[in-house]
Amino acid sequence: MIEILFYILSAVTLGSAFLTILSKNPIHSAIWLVVCFFSIAGHYALLNSQFLAMVHIIVYSGAIMILMLFTIMLMNLNVSDEVSKPVITKIVATVCFCLIGFFLISALAQTAPALETYTNTGVDFQSIQVLGKVLLNEFVLPFEMAAVLLLMAMIGAVLISKKDKKTA
Amino acid sequence: MEHVLQQIGIDQYIYLSIILFSIGAFGILYRRNAIVMFMSIEIMLNAANLLLVAFSNYHEDANGQVFVFFTMAVAAAEVAIGLAILVAIYRNIGSIDIDKLKNLKG
Repeated sequence: MIEILFYILSAVTLGSAFLTILSKNPIHSAIWLVVCFFSIAGHYALLNSQFLAMVHIIVYSGAIMILMLFTIMLMNLNVSDEVSKPVITKIVATVCFCLIGFFLISALAQTAPALETYTNTGVDFQSIQVLGKVLLNEFVLPFEMAAVLLLMAMIGAVLISKKDKKTA
Repeated sequence: MEHVLQQIGIDQYIYLSIILFSIGAFGILYRRNAIVMFMSIEIMLNAANLLLVAFSNYHEDANGQVFVFFTMAVAAAEVAIGLAILVAIYRNIGSIDIDKLKNLKG
């Protein structure tokens, strides 16, 4: 049962990732990316990391994709505007894709099979309670730094995308 | 209930992440639309996140998942800044085709 679910989710993830790249219309790409993110959240839920699955849906499918869709609408991109790359670039891109995948998989296929060495001890390590304690005990400094980073990103985004009056 | 790693093993997750990462790299090389290239970067980040979560489950260690939270925060900041830069580029050039960004070429 879990096995079938995993393979279905993986197929959805990989297929929608491919369609994200191959769609001509950027809006279709964004929609397929939402599907991809939802299936990755499904993977997290399958791994029993419920909190991470929720945060992933909220941050990626919610915030980031809305930002991207609004940017696409702001730019008013049409399909006819886009000139596709020359055929030689596409061939090289495909060859690079196959090479990266082939070398990484063949390198990692040499590792010892991990299925036997895994033991499920049943310790609670990924509930919200435990994660919150870890986040605010060991990682409290990076946590605060993340707040500073997000503030800087907000200020920077406003500054960069503001209209420059002098050069207009 | 049996854990998912007992049934399919960590290697399947490794292969899934590798293929997802390669798809992201493929998208960077294949498209010239800068927004779709951004989406490809997100796909690559998600491949890394997925592997971090899988290994965090494998070792039953919460640190991997905390790392994924920080990755998500950095990804959100990156997308906000990147899209702002794209909007600025679009205002100046009138297109987000990356092949048209060759003002620095002598």
